[in-house]
Amino acid sequence: MSALSGGHGSELAGDVARYGHGSRIPGWDDAVDLSKDPAGIPDPALTPVPAELRARIEASMAKYPDFRSAAIPALHAAQELHGWCSPEAIEQVACVMRLTPAYLTAVATFYDMFSTVPVGRNAVYVCTNISCSLRGADKLYAAMQEAAGDDPDLNVRAFECLGACDIAPMASVNGAYVGPLDLPDAETIVAQLRAGEEILPEKQLLRRKVADPRAASGGDAGDTGSAPADVPPASAEAEHNASAAKAPDADHSDAADRLFPDEDSDA
Amino acid sequence: MTELLLFRDIDEPGLATIDVYKRRGGYESLERALRMPREEVLQNLLDSGLRGRGGAGFAMGKKVSFLPKGAIDKYLVCNADESEPGTFKDRELMQKSPHMLVEGMIIAAYAADANRSFIYIRGEYEQQAEILDRAIAEAEAAGYLGERILGSDHSQSLVLHRGAGAYICGEETGLLDSLEGKRGNPRLKPPFPANQGLYQGPTLINNVETLATVPTIIALGGAEYAKLGTDTSTGTKLVSVSGNVQRPGNYEIELGIPSREIVYGLAGGPERGRDVKLWFPGGSSSPVLLREDLDLPYDFDSMAKAGSMLGSGAIIVVDDSVRVVDVALKLAKFYRHESCGKCTPCREGTNWTVKMLQRVESGEATPMDLDIIASVQDQIIGNCLCVLGDAMAMPVASMVAKFRDEFEAHIEERRAQLGLGVPTEPTPLEVVGAMH
Repeated sequence: MSALSGGHGSELAGDVARYGHGSRIPGWDDAVDLSKDPAGIPDPALTPVPAELRARIEASMAKYPDFRSAAIPALHAAQELHGWCSPEAIEQVACVMRLTPAYLTAVATFYDMFSTVPVGRNAVYVCTNISCSLRGADKLYAAMQEAAGDDPDLNVRAFECLGACDIAPMASVNGAYVGPLDLPDAETIVAQLRAGEEILPEKQLLRRKVADPRAASGGDAGDTGSAPADVPPASAEAEHNASAAKAPDADHSDAADRLFPDEDSDA
Repeated sequence: MTELLLFRDIDEPGLATIDVYKRRGGYESLERALRMPREEVLQNLLDSGLRGRGGAGFAMGKKVSFLPKGAIDKYLVCNADESEPGTFKDRELMQKSPHMLVEGMIIAAYAADANRSFIYIRGEYEQQAEILDRAIAEAEAAGYLGERILGSDHSQSLVLHRGAGAYICGEETGLLDSLEGKRGNPRLKPPFPANQGLYQGPTLINNVETLATVPTIIALGGAEYAKLGTDTSTGTKLVSVSGNVQRPGNYEIELGIPSREIVYGLAGGPERGRDVKLWFPGGSSSPVLLREDLDLPYDFDSMAKAGSMLGSGAIIVVDDSVRVVDVALKLAKFYRHESCGKCTPCREGTNWTVKMLQRVESGEATPMDLDIIASVQDQIIGNCLCVLGDAMAMPVASMVAKFRDEFEAHIEERRAQLGLGVPTEPTPLEVVGAMH
């Protein structure tokens, strides 16, 4: 039983991915084939590894006193190449790192960002933790799922706190944080992803100023050295006013029933 | 209000580059520290009274002094996993002022005589990781990292390590296991990381904000820094205010100011017509406080005295339009999802708490379930290797205790809606059955 297929359409949709019995390990009740030996470290002669992937993994391994530390960076690299931590991807990492596939599978299944089942290449993580839910994240997640439909290229999933409660409700679209999002933004994000455009440039976290009004030193935009400074200058004060003015109808109108609208039961 | 220390130049365009950072006085503290003997740097940290900003609030200088002396491989690890719900201050610092963290790490490593250092950043912070990577490369090129930094006898390497999404990796020993390339399961303590941490070597682990404060301490002098804040909670603190407030975001405050000033003065409070129902003073793991507690000073000891904690400095405000049952259930689900499963009380306790709260939500529960919920929380606290279970048990128990009437009213209301009638208390035999 692989209860969760990661993305939308899973039987526990609406909830952060979780397996039936309560832990994270897929296939926990699959019968073991006792006629097979456990897989050993893959034979380099029989395991073709793309040169670029090999180079990235080896570079990671060289950075640490113990090469095993590179397991997570290596899995990130493999997932980037293959789209998910497929048996083939795990095999290739295992071959370069001289570890067993079982060891790497154990690592990959522990972390939320690694997927051991096929998922869409575009990752849309909608934060549905407490602070975002207080500002309508559950409805946003539903809207995002609806906008994505059954596009196999999109991996829309609810995620635990992404650490951006200041722009709640928010989402991480292929690693880029955007928010605060309104319901119509869901359609826009999907359209922009399909068109390969930048996602909601005006709602990018990187272009946002610190909330503390005393930190407004007068500079405009360009928080990072290389980020394009093409956002219209706005003082932190003006931004406050804008978000404060927007807050009442955008966030709170029917908070009582919009908060956590469709709680599933585990039964 | 005091002057800003960490946020002074935070929105300066290009602060993430080494040129702008140096123009604003960056790396001067490092040069100063490297001219001092290690003991003097450590003394400054001790004098500053700086308490860890990640959640536990342990004195940073003391932590440094716990590391054994001598020529062995020692490690400094920066905990940038920041996954406590409601916390987003480290993200802001790393994204906008990455060199402040790098500088602080070099000074702290010098004080601890550690020459290998790591930043463990949560996998979701991809953009911040890129910015930090650039900053580290710049610092290396400028000679602030590497062999014999600025002609001193201190050498240091710094590696940025991206995680892959697991709350438990913010726990220091879970983080170490994850950094060693394993599943992020917490370890048994003792031995503490100061003696046996990363790769079994002595390891100093500090939060981003703690380390980013170090250059300021060296610039001001430890004793001078200690004059800020209260006697036992010195300095300034970044607070992340979120939830039902009009201006959510990060604010730098002097520890000890009234909490009301943060929630209402800075963050604007709930929208008009709404009132604060409850608030988490230090992330979702802290026991909840009520409206009247807003008059408490916001510092480590006042929060502890009120039965909660300052934690990571993440204030989550919940207004009176929200049902407490929903909040409790949402939280419990989070901790159930994030429990690593190593210790039974946490793995099972979080799961059963969710199931019981779902019964409360749906109206199947009786008021006795609330007692069982409370007793389950009791059995989690203190019984696991790490505090993840406690982190659910404490807020949930506090909500059940402080809002018991609302929980009961909710059960009754739901039962009435479903036509279930008044709940009957089970017989003692059924109670025993339900507990097994």
